[in-house]
Amino acid sequence: MKTVAVSIVTPDGPVCDSEVSMVVAKTTSGEIGVLAGHIPMVAPLAIGAVKLKQANGSTELVAVSGGFIEIRPDKISILAPSAEIAENIDVKRAKEAVKRAEGRIQNKQDDIDFKRAELSLKRALNRINVHEGNI
Amino acid sequence: MVNLREIKGRINSTKSTQKTTKAMQMVSSSKLRRAEQNAKAYVPYMEKIQDVVGAIAAGTKDSGHPMLTVRPVKKTAYLVIGSDRGLAGAYNSSILRQVQRTINERHKSKDEYVILAVGRVVRDYFVKRDHHVISSIVALPDQPTFADIKEIARKAVGMFIDGTYDELYMYYNHFVSAIASEVTEKKLLPLTDIAPATGVASYEFEPSGEAILEVLLPQYAESLIYGALLDGKASEHSSRMTAMRNATDNASDLIAELSLQYNRARQAAITQEITEIVGGAAALE
Repeated sequence: MKTVAVSIVTPDGPVCDSEVSMVVAKTTSGEIGVLAGHIPMVAPLAIGAVKLKQANGSTELVAVSGGFIEIRPDKISILAPSAEIAENIDVKRAKEAVKRAEGRIQNKQDDIDFKRAELSLKRALNRINVHEGNI
Repeated sequence: MVNLREIKGRINSTKSTQKTTKAMQMVSSSKLRRAEQNAKAYVPYMEKIQDVVGAIAAGTKDSGHPMLTVRPVKKTAYLVIGSDRGLAGAYNSSILRQVQRTINERHKSKDEYVILAVGRVVRDYFVKRDHHVISSIVALPDQPTFADIKEIARKAVGMFIDGTYDELYMYYNHFVSAIASEVTEKKLLPLTDIAPATGVASYEFEPSGEAILEVLLPQYAESLIYGALLDGKASEHSSRMTAMRNATDNASDLIAELSLQYNRARQAAITQEITEIVGGAAALE
């Protein structure tokens, strides 16, 4: 099977660079699966998991918090404000973030804080889910 | 005659100052190394995002996105990136001088511009002179992450969109080399100087070009600010390192001079003593 190069980069440095057979990402308008030779495309990403299917059949999960995906026939780039490979995720920190966000949502003061708390809750839950592999 | 003990005291105090400056120099040089690494790690992201923004902006001309539209300028904002602490040579003063000069040239009254300050020194400078500092961030860590500056970057972009100001300039020290940096002015918003992308030109947009610009442009502006901040941090550490190295060198010179004085005075005292003894002995004969 043909493979395609994928790189996930964040402002704090590249997160992963590899050759995969398929990339599955959650865009704001739905999930897409990308194989090698896809037409050039750009799409914004939702907070979610990116699945990297390796040529040998194994799957790697990466948690991303938004950003976008840029697809070229021979290269896929994902640019996100932050991204973490499943096994590198600090679950303890994510769980603390969940608690913090939930606390903020419960005693909401104004809309902006509420929205921000909601987003950080989403990001933290996403990281936990990705780490545990239940996507 | 110069007091021996006084000179000794000065030598000792200069030596302890030298120890401090030497330590600060070494700390700064290791921080500089880290800052350079951070800046380097950031390059691929920046290049990529520039590429994509260029491709999309070229593909969707006249999108009418607020961040791309040039409006008549009623209010200008200056984002000034400095440091929290001094002892960094001309790092802060050169940037503040430049901003002040620009403001004096371009504006007649204080209502025509606002300041966004990064760094305590910068904030204090403008607050003290009664400029409108509408936003500030202090106590940034030495190795800032994207999350640390997201707040101010988002605010800066948000206030441009909601019309608080009509253009945004950014001032920071660009890191040239370990011994040189230069004050750089960059027009951040509206985004007018987007370089057209090279390579693959025609993208499909999902769901649409406009929707992507909506997500992409704020992220792009934020990342420009982050890039400037990393750049600024690197030059902060480098200028602190240079300043401290100069201070250490000066201390060495001073110590050498004082030691010479000390030895001379000591020798003079000895010589005098001998002369007195010899004189006394001669008087007895």
